[in-house]
Amino acid sequence: MSTALYTQLLNLVAGAFLLTAVLILWRRELTGIIDVFALQGVALATLVGIIAVAEGSAELGAVAVGVLVLRAGVLPWVLRRAAASAGVAQRETKPLVNVVSSLLAAAALTLLAYAVSQPLVELAPSPATHAIPVGMAVVLIGFFVLVTRRLALSQLVGFLLLDNGITAVGFLTATGVGLIVELGVSLDVLLVVLVLQVLKTRMREAFGATDLDELRELHD
Amino acid sequence: MTNSPLWESKLWESPLWGWPAWLMLLPVLVPLLGALVFGVLGWRPSTRWVGAVSAACVLGAAIAIAAGVTASGPQVAFFSLLRVDALSAFLLIVIGAVALISAVATPRYLAVEVEAGRADERDCRHMVLLVQVFLALMALAVLAAGLGVLWVAMEATTIVTAFLVGQRRGRAAVEAAWKYVVICSTGIALALLGTFLLNFAAQHTPLPAGLDWVDLVAAAPNLDPGVTRIAAALLIVGFGTKAGLAPLHAWLPDAHSQAPAPVSALMSGVLISVAFYAVLRVKVIADAALGPEFARALLVVLALASLMLAASLLLAQRDYKRMLAYSSIENMGLLALGAAIGSPLAIAAVLLHILGHGLAKSSLFLGAGRILQVTGTSRIDRVRGLAAREPLLAGCFGFGVLAIIAFPPFALFASELGMARAGFDAGLGWQMTAALLLVLVIAASLVNHTSRMLLGAPVAAVAAPSEAAASKDTVVDAAGLEAVDLAPVPAAGPFSSPPVAVRTLPARSSVAVASPIPAVLPIAIEVAAGPTVADARRSRPSAEIYAMGGALLTCAVLGLTLGPLGPLLAQATAVITRTP
Repeated sequence: MSTALYTQLLNLVAGAFLLTAVLILWRRELTGIIDVFALQGVALATLVGIIAVAEGSAELGAVAVGVLVLRAGVLPWVLRRAAASAGVAQRETKPLVNVVSSLLAAAALTLLAYAVSQPLVELAPSPATHAIPVGMAVVLIGFFVLVTRRLALSQLVGFLLLDNGITAVGFLTATGVGLIVELGVSLDVLLVVLVLQVLKTRMREAFGATDLDELRELHD
Repeated sequence: MTNSPLWESKLWESPLWGWPAWLMLLPVLVPLLGALVFGVLGWRPSTRWVGAVSAACVLGAAIAIAAGVTASGPQVAFFSLLRVDALSAFLLIVIGAVALISAVATPRYLAVEVEAGRADERDCRHMVLLVQVFLALMALAVLAAGLGVLWVAMEATTIVTAFLVGQRRGRAAVEAAWKYVVICSTGIALALLGTFLLNFAAQHTPLPAGLDWVDLVAAAPNLDPGVTRIAAALLIVGFGTKAGLAPLHAWLPDAHSQAPAPVSALMSGVLISVAFYAVLRVKVIADAALGPEFARALLVVLALASLMLAASLLLAQRDYKRMLAYSSIENMGLLALGAAIGSPLAIAAVLLHILGHGLAKSSLFLGAGRILQVTGTSRIDRVRGLAAREPLLAGCFGFGVLAIIAFPPFALFASELGMARAGFDAGLGWQMTAALLLVLVIAASLVNHTSRMLLGAPVAAVAAPSEAAASKDTVVDAAGLEAVDLAPVPAAGPFSSPPVAVRTLPARSSVAVASPIPAVLPIAIEVAAGPTVADARRSRPSAEIYAMGGALLTCAVLGLTLGPLGPLLAQATAVITRTP
């Protein structure tokens, strides 16, 4: 693969990665949000695949397949099941920040990510490291979703968005942190999602809703 | 292996592994074995003490490892994934000690819960099994040779304890568990980002390093400052979340107040300290790469924010379990402050504080769990005159609070004194002054709330429907008389409000209706019938009293002398300050 093609593909996929994060902010129906999240998983896996091809690393190729299975297959499947068990189609009717302001905030967060990531890019300039700010932007957008959404499931999506961003940064910095750690990280993410799904079910049993506004038992 | 004859004997050196390997695996494997036993056999009379045996084994292995490390230096084992130095050995001892305290109190706690119908055999099995896995993961976290395995272990503790927090399935428990998982996982995710960035920086040094502590510390002076600054900030805030430091502390009071008492004891006693251990390790790297100012500024901000938050929410606290939880935030703030100072004296004080806090706070949470079982309420104003009903329990709880507010001779007095001295020496004058003022406010509120719980006239006019039906009137009369008698006596101390005893009288009947807990019954009879019946009823002290008493006694002894822990503490301090 020529360097020019590699750079173009990388930029294209990184763009898709960021775009899906913004789309999650824009959509209101939970099913739609989950679809976009699955798309983002595909973008992330493609990103890893491109790096694998460029480096000619079979191991990284296998990791890309793993990422695809986990983030475009298993996690969206778990989320869809959770959404289906909730019965009626859930909509994020009244997020703490409305959609237009959310999109503006996403733009501001992206700028912030570029500003913060300067030292990272300067340390080892390469096509991959130039895409790090995109990963950082997805981390910040994920954090934003996490704190401004009211449905339990959309908070969960926010957490996963954050995690996708972190994974992207991990691969873009091209730091092999070891297979055990990689496996541990993936397993942890999966388990966190399963734990939260169990809790969400219990929450519905106890509160009759998964609107986090209902969580008001404990306070000072 | 020269100083100690123990380590010279060939018994300890199997040709395949050598001592460190299998000895280092013990603190992880024994609890896993315990979990297996509980998984297969369940919770029954014959497995009742498996948890305590497992915790005792962890403590024993920790002491053996500590002896080995003090004598012959750090050891690496198991494909370099595990490494033990003085700091990890010290934390292992804390884990083992607190686990033992909690495990000794568990059988009685669960027996009462089952009797009261709040748990069944399945819940008990669930809890003890998860506690064993939780122990293994904490041991793994401190034994991890590098940041990667540590991160995985820390995140896994969140997953395991989430079910322990949410065990009661009520609204409050589910809410606490949800907040716990979301906030802690987010915090730990930030730490993961920090881990990736630190690894990125370490790969671009003249000698590319991995994530092992030794490599990172060696490579630290060559790390790119810009990247390391972002990475260290993310790591400290991320692991700080798990340690309960402000601003991402919101999960802690909920989780620690909702979890079953033996689990709260473990979470508050060691889990947050293990998270703080990660902060200490990161600080070593940050100091070597960026100079001490960066970590110091960040930690001082986190520390003062935590102290301020704890002080403001403790002043008008109404729930004693949440009161203990906020006191944990305060103590984490103090640890952060000590770490910010960073001199050898301050770091030694921080380590002693970790141990002292673990002992005192775990016994306090066990006491709080018992008080909840006895009174049926977790509200401070509904618990009154505990000293008259349950003198031993009240005494342990009272001494525990004195220990936690750093009263001499407890270990926390020595450690806070050390931190204060080190802080003023290091030129952190105004920060230390602010911290000391906040600590005073916190101590005053803790004493105030506790004296309201322990002293005053007992709320005890509950008649036993079966045994005491005939003597019901006399019970009420006797309790009433006692309350009146107590009224003019200033026994409540300077902090408690004087009209306590008087207010008891009208409140009595309503409380009697509100708490139909069988456990209160013997107390009512005790109060009514005087010492003879009381002595007959109050058989020998139960296991959790021994656990609490033992923990507080150890805490007091540690405040006076470190004994054999001294060399270990000195070496652990040297690991952090990097002074030989």
